Parts: sequence; C-alpha cells; structure tokens
Amino acid sequence: MDLSAAPADMPSQHGAPVYELTHVSKTYARNQVVALEDVSLTLRHGSFSSVIGSSGCGKSTLLKIMAGLIPPSTGRVVLQDRPVRGPRRDIGMMFQQATLFPWRTTVENIVLPIEIRDGRAAAEKAKARAHDLLEVVGLSGFENVYPNELSGGMAQRASICRMLITEPAVLLLDEPFSALDELSRDMMNMELQRICNEKDATAFLVTHSIPEAVILSDDIYVMKPRPGRLAEIVTVDLPRPRTLEMMTTPKFGEIVAYIRGLLDREAEL
Amino acid sequence: MTDVNVAPARDDSEDTVWVEEVSFIDRVPRSVSMIFVFVVFIALWQLTHALALVSPIILPSPGETFGDMLFVGHNLLTGGYMLPALWITILEVIYGFALAIAIGFSLGVLVGETAFGERAIMPYLVAIDTMPKVAFAPLFVAWLGFGIESKVALAAFIATFPIVVGTAAGLHAADENARMLFKTMGASRMQTLIKMKLPAGLPQIFTGLKIGAVGVMAGAITGEFLGGGKGFGELIRVAASQLNTPRVFSLILYLSLVGLTLYALVTFAQRKIVFWHKERVGVSEH
Ligand SMILES: Nc1ncnc2c1ncn2[C@@H]1O[C@H](COP(=O)(O)OP(=O)(O)O)[C@@H](O)[C@H]1O
Ligand SMILES: [Mg+2]
Repeated sequence: MDLSAAPADMPSQHGAPVYELTHVSKTYARNQVVALEDVSLTLRHGSFSSVIGSSGCGKSTLLKIMAGLIPPSTGRVVLQDRPVRGPRRDIGMMFQQATLFPWRTTVENIVLPIEIRDGRAAAEKAKARAHDLLEVVGLSGFENVYPNELSGGMAQRASICRMLITEPAVLLLDEPFSALDELSRDMMNMELQRICNEKDATAFLVTHSIPEAVILSDDIYVMKPRPGRLAEIVTVDLPRPRTLEMMTTPKFGEIVAYIRGLLDREAEL
Repeated sequence: MTDVNVAPARDDSEDTVWVEEVSFIDRVPRSVSMIFVFVVFIALWQLTHALALVSPIILPSPGETFGDMLFVGHNLLTGGYMLPALWITILEVIYGFALAIAIGFSLGVLVGETAFGERAIMPYLVAIDTMPKVAFAPLFVAWLGFGIESKVALAAFIATFPIVVGTAAGLHAADENARMLFKTMGASRMQTLIKMKLPAGLPQIFTGLKIGAVGVMAGAITGEFLGGGKGFGELIRVAASQLNTPRVFSLILYLSLVGLTLYALVTFAQRKIVFWHKERVGVSEH
C-alpha cells in the first residue's frame, strides 16, 4: 500500500490520459471567492477517482469546470485532446438530485439528452438502448412509469441511465447517492462500479464519505479549503472488483483512518 | 437469581385495533354538507323575508326568485329575447379570455425569460396592474364604441395581468438542478424554455389562467354596465332600474353559470395537461 504523499500530478496505473487539468484556478467574479487554486490532475482511461474534502472547499466548482458548465479563471482543461469550452457529448454528469421530469415517463426521461442533441426521431430510436440500460440497473418494467411513482433509489438509477445513454467517455458524479439511505447507497455504489467496469468508463466522483471514496476509487484526491486546492493523492490498491466485504478488512480501515487524519489535520488549521 | 417475571400481556388474545377519531363535522359527506349549507341559506333568506326585516322591493323572497329563474330559463331555452343577450356576453367572455391568454402568455414569456423584459417591461406592468382597471372602461368605449369590442377589451385588460404574472413566475419555477442538467445536455435557450421551463411552470400558469377566468367575467359585465350594448349585463341594468329585484337575482345566477363553466373548463384542462401536479384545495378526504 502506498500511503505516502504522491506528487500531485502523478496518479496511479491505468491507460492513456483522458482528462487533463493543468494549473486550473477559479475565482468567482461575483464575490471574489477563490474557489480553486492551481489544481492539476490527470484522469487515465478506465480509472475511478474521487475527490473528497470538507463542504465549501470547491469540489462542485471543480466538477462544473470539468463538465464545461463554467469556465476556469486560469488554466487548461483538456478532454480527449480537445479543450473543454462548454458542455460536451463525451461528458456524462450526475447530481445529488435525480431531477427526473414528472411530465415524462422514465424512458422518455432517459432519452432526453438524445432528444435535445439529435431530435425526436433519434430519441425514439434510442429507446431500445434505454430499455437495455434500465435492465442493467434493475428497472425493467418501469419504462412507462412516471417518476412520481419511483422511489428515491429507483429515480437515481434512472438518472444513471440518462447519463449513460449518450455513451460518455467520462462520468462526472457530484455526490450522486448522498440523498439515499446508507443501505441503498452501498448497493448503488457496487452497481456503479459494475457499470463503469462494463462500459470501460472513466469516472470522477465527488463525495464527502470516506468509506465510499475508498471502496470505489483507484485514486482519491484530498482537497483543502480556502482556497480550494489538492492536498494529496491517496492511491487505493485494494484488488478489483471491490466488494462490500472489503470494508471490514484492516487495510480498508487503515486507508480510511489515514484520510480521516488528513481531513482532521486540515480542520484544525 | 432475580425474580424477573415474564408476565403475559393482560388481554393477549385481543388485536390492538383501534379507530382514529374523526370529529363529526369532518365525517359528513360532501354532498350532504353542501345541501345543508344551501338549505340553511334559503331558510335564513326566507326568514328575513317573512319577518320583513328588509323591504321586499330590495330583497325578494326565495320563491319569487325561483319563479323568475324558471321564467328566464324558459325564455332562454325557447330562444326568447334573452338568449341573444346571453350569447353576446358569452362571446365577449370567450374573445376576452382568448385575447388575454395570447397577450398575457406572450408578455409573461418576455418578462419571465429575458432580462430585458424583466428590467424594462415588468415595472410598467406592475404600475398598470396597481391601477383600478375598471376606470379604463370609458376610454375603451370612447376608442372602440358601444359594441362588443369595448367589452372584450376591458375583459381582456383585466384578465391579462394574472396570466402575465402566472407565466413569468412559472418560468422561474424550475430548480437549479434542472437548469444545470439542461446545460450539461447542451440544450439551446429555446429547448430549455419549451422542454423544461414551460412544463415546469404549468401549475403557476394555470393558477394565472384561473384568476384570469374570474376577471374576464367581471370585465365583460362591468363593460356592459358602463358601456351599454345588448349583453346580459344590460338586462341586469334595466331590471335593476325597474326595481325588478327577482329578475336581477335570477339573471345574476344564470350569469354565474357562465363563469362557473369557464372556470370548470380551465380546471379540466389543468387536470388533463398538468396531470403530474396534484393540487390540494382545503382539507383532503381521508
Ligand atoms: N456561483 C457561485 N458564485 C459565487 N461563489 C460561489 C459560487 N458557487 C460556489 N461558490 C463559493 O465557492 C466555494 C466553493 O463552493 P463549492 O464548489 O460548491 O464547494 P463544495 O462543492 O466543495 O461544497 C464556496 O465558498 C462557495 O461559497
Ligand atoms: Mg458541492
């Protein structure tokens, strides 16, 4: 296990770089808040990375910049060799709230990204793929149900399908399951791992749960607040596929304790 | 050894079934409650009449009013002289409402969707909205004459504002997550408006339409009172000037049927279109 502080731009293993951020800073013009300072990171193909840090330390800002929702103040953001200058098809994003639209059935919600980009006809054709995705997340039979009838966990599964329907290269996840109860969250995390594995996707997860970060990630970026910056990359070398049982192993506990130590130390400052 | 005794529950054979108490007034079925209030109302009316608390010229008896309602109903059903008058008022209401929806919705989108509309147009709309709008009636008559045009204009004028406000507020109803989601999907402004903001705002838009439906009725009748013409309001005015109060009462009741029908149509459309939004009015039935 490598618990030593790795240089911030040297993450572990995996394939070719997919996503590269170099010296990214963000100052919100409205209130002059420095939300991010000099963040550099590289996501490699097929890797799962998490970013963890106290609330308000700039995690969502980082994700929004990566998703092309807001521009950085300085720095470079490059995805698959093309700079990110706005939302892109090869980026899939998921938020804490499922945000399904109640006037659309589940399957209509899932093909919405296609409808927006390629029109109704393409969306109609994509429904077959939506059915397959619903099967993957265990929601077969709920295609034509309106979201009001779905539980929180089911809605979040459907929103995973909506994210995957455009077959994005990178998944950006902003605390996707933090509104769920702990049991469903564990299950959803295992499902997420399986999906990422199946689709060979590159994932970047924002979370405030240390065990969640450890059980899912290859690399964990620990952030410090005011101004938001990367403090350390922790590499998790638990074997894959991960199982929930691993959460009881001493190694898992060690990594969790180490990260908790990092975050506590920061809290004292 | 401690002497802890595992005593069996006393009446262990009984299910713990109990009924939550609902007070009598909440248990009465809707139809019974409504009939009850109606009967009490008529009884009080009859009593007031019988005791001659109010001059019979001012307040007719329920019986007289009912008799006159039969007369007016007969006149309307047999195509008597009141039918064209009612038809004129109905047309004013339909045209007025259609006009109010067209203008109100367009202005609402302009104000709710564009920064220009919100900054430059909304303040004027608020200013006009605070004016007593019926005071414009003489102006509409001067501009548009004594025909139905001036009544349509006043009806539309009154009904437009709630629709503007409902639409503009509705367009702000969608939450930050929905906006962000549409942004990540690369949606254009038009797509965001049509596929997200408008549907999300439909509940508020319909609230505006309902208030407008009430206003359009008031506008049409006020227009007829102040601008003459051949509508139902004119019949009421004439009956009132002749102190024919039973007629005034029965005409008002028929008129309210028109208003109720319009309101019911809007509510029906709302149920069909905004099927996902359950509006709760008052105490729910358990
Ligand atoms: N749109 C915004 N305008 C101004 N300041 C913002 C905005 N969004 C976030 N901030 C500020 O930037 C900092 C980081 O916020 P955020 O990225 O949401 O943190 P996190 O997701 O880690 O909780 C906070 O201090 C927050 O107040
Ligand atoms: Mg956040």
